[in-house]
Amino acid sequence: MVSSFKKALESGKFVVTSEVAPPKGTNLEKMGHHIELLKDKVDAMNVTDHQSSVMRFPSLGGAIMVKEMGGEPILQMTCRDRNRLALEADLLFASSRGINNVLCLTGDSVIFGDHKEAKGVFDLDSSQLLGTIRKLEKGKDLGGNDLDGNVSFCAGAIVTPEANPLEPQLIKFEKKIEAGAEFIQTQAVYDLDNFKEFMEYAKQFPVKILAGIILLTSAPMARFMNKNVAGVNVPQELIDEMDAAPKGRKLDKGIEIAGRMIKRVRDEKMCHGVHIMAIGKEEVVPDIMAAAGLDI
Amino acid sequence: MIRSITQQKPEEEIDRLLDGLGRVFIIGCGTCVTLTHTGGEPEVKAMKKKLIEKGKLVTGDVILPVACDNLTKEALNEYGEQIDQSDVLLIMTCAFGVQTIASQLKKMVVPALDTLFIGKETAFGEFNEICTQCGTCILGETGGICPVTSCHKGLVNGPCGGTNNGKCEIDNEKDCVWTLIYNRLKELGRLDAMRKLQKPRNHQGEPTPGKWKSVSLRSSDGQKA
Repeated sequence: MVSSFKKALESGKFVVTSEVAPPKGTNLEKMGHHIELLKDKVDAMNVTDHQSSVMRFPSLGGAIMVKEMGGEPILQMTCRDRNRLALEADLLFASSRGINNVLCLTGDSVIFGDHKEAKGVFDLDSSQLLGTIRKLEKGKDLGGNDLDGNVSFCAGAIVTPEANPLEPQLIKFEKKIEAGAEFIQTQAVYDLDNFKEFMEYAKQFPVKILAGIILLTSAPMARFMNKNVAGVNVPQELIDEMDAAPKGRKLDKGIEIAGRMIKRVRDEKMCHGVHIMAIGKEEVVPDIMAAAGLDI
Repeated sequence: MIRSITQQKPEEEIDRLLDGLGRVFIIGCGTCVTLTHTGGEPEVKAMKKKLIEKGKLVTGDVILPVACDNLTKEALNEYGEQIDQSDVLLIMTCAFGVQTIASQLKKMVVPALDTLFIGKETAFGEFNEICTQCGTCILGETGGICPVTSCHKGLVNGPCGGTNNGKCEIDNEKDCVWTLIYNRLKELGRLDAMRKLQKPRNHQGEPTPGKWKSVSLRSSDGQKA
């Protein structure tokens, strides 16, 4: 069955995705609230997979919850915690529960998380996980054995358009597409002129690209990302703009900036849509969309 | 020359391992651990002093020339009495030395060091792992630089998203090996090698447990190679 997200990607409309983060524990109330708030407003929502290597309620469980609540989930899967048997099995299970969108990620190192002595698995990498999905769709597992029953996925991956050096990242991007990526959600982009340059290159490939938009909540948060998050460069003028916003109005300013950026991406038809990451402030995603002038 | 690279275990761990064992014989090695300053003569002397301060009786100590060598048994014969008098051997060699010694003497052994990797000294006091002995060598496609060993995640299809200014996401003192491979292949005009989609690795390439018989020796036994 073709997922509604895939239909949206193929429709030519400006696609909007967002994300929800499963909780540390079994209290699903907040995640449920975010799903309820977003499910009819965005085309799909990513469910993060032990983000930053912090152990949480599983992305698969979160994706099932999105589905049960009538939303469209994108299951994030990293290669950090599961070997190929476990990844294949989870893909079969996801398919059986109507979860047909998967974002394939290598995964952060375990040393960033809250189980620092755990074994990082990385039996597969992100491009090999994409290849695994395509193989399962052909009715075979990675061992070459026949599968009973079909699966069909809309599979995607990520790229960091501002990585330094850039070319190794672009080679990997092309390998991901060769392995079967249909859509790409980018790492956060802030300098849209740089992003346009990236898109000049990327548009030659048969892949839908959603520009990553991370909500700025304060100037120190922007500086922190510049210092600590690979491939994220918040330009000084945006940091100054956050700084200049009156106390208590920083979040409003961040929403305004995110909205402005999304509007420009859309107006200038830079790419196929946006992926909005509000990191802990998912409840303001509709405000960002309103600021961008998107129909919600 | 490749070396076994070690670091001393935390003092509390050594204390715990020696708890209740009053008489200690200390063994160092004149090869790798001398180079890394973890089990050569000064380190053995310092350990001896520390143990005596903690109320242990050090029955003797020795720096073996090459602890992992088969001649270690002969070298230890000289110290038979001092070893007999001890409750435990505190061994300041790499794990190869510890196992060689353990296989030759009927004594409990306590390693004072952790063996980190097999590598070489690439600059004064700096050691790098060169090969993890994965059993499925891909150096022919990476310009002779090993990502299985030198990428934190052992990735074979290019860098992860954590690479930053040519450094690894886990430590900006460590090079991103995929930047190094990219630079090398670019220099050689062979970036096409990096564009090749590598299949999932065979993680059984390295036999576990690592036992192997020479094919030529097996066939001379009249067995099937």
